[in-house]
Amino acid sequence: MTDNRFFNRSELIGILVLAVFLVVVLPLTLDVFRLNLVAKYLTYAFVALGLVICWGYGGILSLGQGVFFGLGGYCMAMFLKLEASSVENTKIQSTPGIPDFMDWNQITALPFFWKPFNSLTFTIAAIILVPGIFAWIIGTAMFKRRVGGTYFAIITQAVAAILTILIVGQQGYTGGINGMTDLRTLKGWDIRPDHAKIVLYFFEVGCLFVCIMIAQFVRHSKLGRILVAMREKEDRVRFSGYSVANFKIFAFCIAAMFAAIGGAMFALNVGFMSPSFVGIVPSIEMVIYTAVGGRLSILGAIYGTLLVNFAKTSLSETFPELWLFGLGGLFIAVVLAFPNGLAGIWGDYVQPRIDRLIASRKSKPDGWTDSSVADGAPAE
Amino acid sequence: MLVGHQPKEFLLAVEALTVSFDGFKAVNDLSFYVDENEIRVIIGPNGAGKTTVLDLICGKTKATSGSIQFRGKELTRMRENEIVKTGVGRKFQNPSIYDDLTVFENLEISYPRGRSVFGALTFTRDAAVRDRVHEVAEMIFLKDRLHMNADLLSHGQKQWLEIGMLLIQDPDLLMLDEPVAGMSVSERAKTAELLNRIIKNRSVLVIEHDMKFVEDIAHKVTVLHQGQILSEGTMEKVKNDPKVVEVYLGH
Repeated sequence: MTDNRFFNRSELIGILVLAVFLVVVLPLTLDVFRLNLVAKYLTYAFVALGLVICWGYGGILSLGQGVFFGLGGYCMAMFLKLEASSVENTKIQSTPGIPDFMDWNQITALPFFWKPFNSLTFTIAAIILVPGIFAWIIGTAMFKRRVGGTYFAIITQAVAAILTILIVGQQGYTGGINGMTDLRTLKGWDIRPDHAKIVLYFFEVGCLFVCIMIAQFVRHSKLGRILVAMREKEDRVRFSGYSVANFKIFAFCIAAMFAAIGGAMFALNVGFMSPSFVGIVPSIEMVIYTAVGGRLSILGAIYGTLLVNFAKTSLSETFPELWLFGLGGLFIAVVLAFPNGLAGIWGDYVQPRIDRLIASRKSKPDGWTDSSVADGAPAE
Repeated sequence: MLVGHQPKEFLLAVEALTVSFDGFKAVNDLSFYVDENEIRVIIGPNGAGKTTVLDLICGKTKATSGSIQFRGKELTRMRENEIVKTGVGRKFQNPSIYDDLTVFENLEISYPRGRSVFGALTFTRDAAVRDRVHEVAEMIFLKDRLHMNADLLSHGQKQWLEIGMLLIQDPDLLMLDEPVAGMSVSERAKTAELLNRIIKNRSVLVIEHDMKFVEDIAHKVTVLHQGQILSEGTMEKVKNDPKVVEVYLGH
């Protein structure tokens, strides 16, 4: 047992392997179009990371993470949209200086809640705080009343459905079903050309590693162990003097904030935001990424997200009708056969072999180089 | 105000306590008092409401009416974790430990520090924590199993671990629900020895069926029957009470 508050030795190796994979291997081997696809997939990895804390460790299954992904994404998109809607850019509108979809919906002045999004500082704060506070409200309302398990999952689904309906219905304020499109610049810096895509990819990977470190810190703190304890014996934790509700609210809020950062990255990297990333279906897909990667593994969730999304892109190009069945089947298979996902398979089958290999190589005198771990599989 | 009569300071005063589940009164107008450093055993036939009484004191079940005062604080209005903070500890009937954590981590979680969310985030495993965990592990016979996952322990060891988790919490009132149930003879002897050591300097409320064990440790015995007190007093007195013999000890 080490005293490091972030990781032990094997986790450090896993994080380094992931860093090499994302920072060196992918940018060198993929063209800008594919790299931008990876950037899009990685935005979901933020959500999966939050779900590892909330669902894997805390046992709180949320089927509404799309809500927080969406809130973060819309906050970012509102800032970008305002910048793209300068008077100069929108002079053909009947009211220049407001987003195009407002003009189409006969709105003649910028609504009050849009105004603060002219400030980037406010926007960044809002990306974290709006979903955080919303999660705190839902969490307080549910967990203080001891609503948990399936009921909580259903309620989060309901919230996802409500938010989608709200966004679609309030077309003049939100862009409706089309979402916010035609996002152009960030503080005057064009986010659309190839070199911007590459910069944004690296920025996103940087943010992802910050979130991984936060997740590792939580996991290695006593709070991480209390979450595990709570998942098993909620009453025992309560009668050891802890307020179970507060710990659940914390886990849910962390997951919400991670999801929101992912959403904001989505708006930046993909260049639009729409209600199709908010509702029930995307929320459930995000849970599947986590399940496939391994809900107890911080790094596993990231590989799981990448893998399922690669599969989704390639399979849905070839068999568009079958893909959803494939996704459903994958979820059932993982739950039944590999409850700990890819990370579980790695830990049970691959890691022991590597350990044995290293042990046998070490007994030989010749030099040995580390090449067996860098194949991009979850290292935990 | 009573004149000419100084009311005695009880550690725990249960008065007119009633709980009703859909009209069924599991505990009915129950009153009893526990002194400082007293060991009180509650006995009674199945369904007498023994476990419910403990549930009511520790806040797991909310009382329909009546009062529970602990050091003058009303427990019936508090949440479970607040009751723990006032100094009440509870062991459950089935060993309630965290299977996925090690023995060390199980004990560490029960260490009474860093119980808030941010306290838990910034909690450090310093020398004080380590020493206390090792000390308690030694007492509960699990010194050499500290880094073993708790689900690998035997049933008796799990019971000890939970007792250890309470011990590290250092409560003023310790409530034990059938601490020796399901144990082998040798484990039972060791547990009796352990309990005799840990009940010093605190009050203990025990539910137990093993009469020999009860005789060994009890200062006072309360016999419950259908949610009410049938008899109360020393073991000797209770044993010879014809009502008790009829409903409980007779068979």
